[in-house]
Amino acid sequence: MKHRWTDYAILVSAILLLWQVAYYFAGPEAITPPLATVERLGVLMGGARFWDHARASGIAFVYAVALALVGGLVLGIAIGASRTAHQILTPILSTLYSIPKIMLYPVILLVFGLGLSAKVAFGAMHGFFPVALFAIGAIRNIPPVLMRTARVMRLSRVDLVRTVLLPAALPEIVTGLRIGFSTTFLGTLMGEMFASSEGLGFMMIRAMDIHNVPDIMALTLLAFLVATAANALILAVERRVHSHGT
Amino acid sequence: MKHSALWRLVIVAGAVLALEIACRSGLVDRVTMVPPSEMAAALVRMSLSAPWFWPDAGSTFRNIAVATALSIIPGFLVGLVIHALPRLRTVLNPVLLSYYSVPTFVFYPLLIVIFGIGQTSLIVMGAMFGIVAMISATLVAIDRIPRVYGKVARIARLSHWQTALRIQLPAATPHLITGIKLAVAYSVIGVIAGEFIISTAGLGRRLTLSYNGFDTANMYGLILLIFIAVAIVNIVLQRWEARIYDRWYGRRW
Repeated sequence: MKHRWTDYAILVSAILLLWQVAYYFAGPEAITPPLATVERLGVLMGGARFWDHARASGIAFVYAVALALVGGLVLGIAIGASRTAHQILTPILSTLYSIPKIMLYPVILLVFGLGLSAKVAFGAMHGFFPVALFAIGAIRNIPPVLMRTARVMRLSRVDLVRTVLLPAALPEIVTGLRIGFSTTFLGTLMGEMFASSEGLGFMMIRAMDIHNVPDIMALTLLAFLVATAANALILAVERRVHSHGT
Repeated sequence: MKHSALWRLVIVAGAVLALEIACRSGLVDRVTMVPPSEMAAALVRMSLSAPWFWPDAGSTFRNIAVATALSIIPGFLVGLVIHALPRLRTVLNPVLLSYYSVPTFVFYPLLIVIFGIGQTSLIVMGAMFGIVAMISATLVAIDRIPRVYGKVARIARLSHWQTALRIQLPAATPHLITGIKLAVAYSVIGVIAGEFIISTAGLGRRLTLSYNGFDTANMYGLILLIFIAVAIVNIVLQRWEARIYDRWYGRRW
């Protein structure tokens, strides 16, 4: 355990060092050095409009993630519970998952217009498919022997779901939720970049348009820190669920 | 198997037909979406008569192919190295996991400063997007090799290289293919996103141009083209993946 914290410290220093070295090679037009980036982030966060943008992103993300997780879980469990539905529909879902949703941004703009619903739709669209696919996989990967045992014990459908399906599928479902969370975060930011006039994604694209390197770096650092913290949190839950099963 | 493929075809055809009816009946207005038949017609028209069509499509697909190759091979090698160093892996894990929550293409303008506007920036962008999926998949793939295989290799007195090539690589294939699938998908996103933002050629740029010019039919034609191309690659990889999974793990319930 002690080991781990020193390792993290070494990793962070290595990243900072690489970052600084990259700055010396690429120059200030391409990269802002670590210290200046953190300073710039501090200035941005002190600005008047920053928290309005942050709140806009937060609201859009909450709606999007709720839609993606609930929708994905319901559809995933419904499809996963039936072998036939799985065989017919999973390839369709997996193809939809693999198409680059970014190319649909004009469509989203035309359908929803500029604003909250466009961002939410963009975010939810990114998170929905991985959640559904992981839920399907979670149920289909349950060892056949468990299902046979359940049948031998003449479990009712409700008992089957409660005592066999859910406990066996939970770890992989939680993994799917974590990935859905990440992709929704990405989708919401992308939605803000291309289909919005407020939010952190909008701040990013505005900084990109005027080639404001310190702002790009500072905002990306912020997004990365938030995402990493959220991931670490869900991962801790995930570890607990995974170890519970074995 | 054939049965389910037939049903799938019916469902997809039904969805396209429903969209066609919704568009033609005026339920969806023409500025928002044109009927699928007109999307296809626009695509055919562009491919026959637009002088930019083949050069731009060629440039995009070539960039995607190179970016995919540059994510798969180095991604696999980096994955091997990280797997060999468990301590490095533990600390890198949170970084690998949160990588895809951040829109990496915000760095695209910075890539342009370094590599200039053109193919190189787009390829680097695509590879940056794809490589982490391949690294993660490689880690999982090696993890999932059953320990007993290693023992068998030792009993058969295989050399280090023989073990790697004849036992570990084949046993890792299923998850590696999953990684390849993801690397393709992410490289496409990277390249197309780059083309949206700043580029001098490519389908992403044409898509933005037609959107900005209210040329809805051509815009959907181009989306259809990318959609079909990605779907075909994905279906081929999926088939391959399913066959290998079945061979290794047997069919599920």
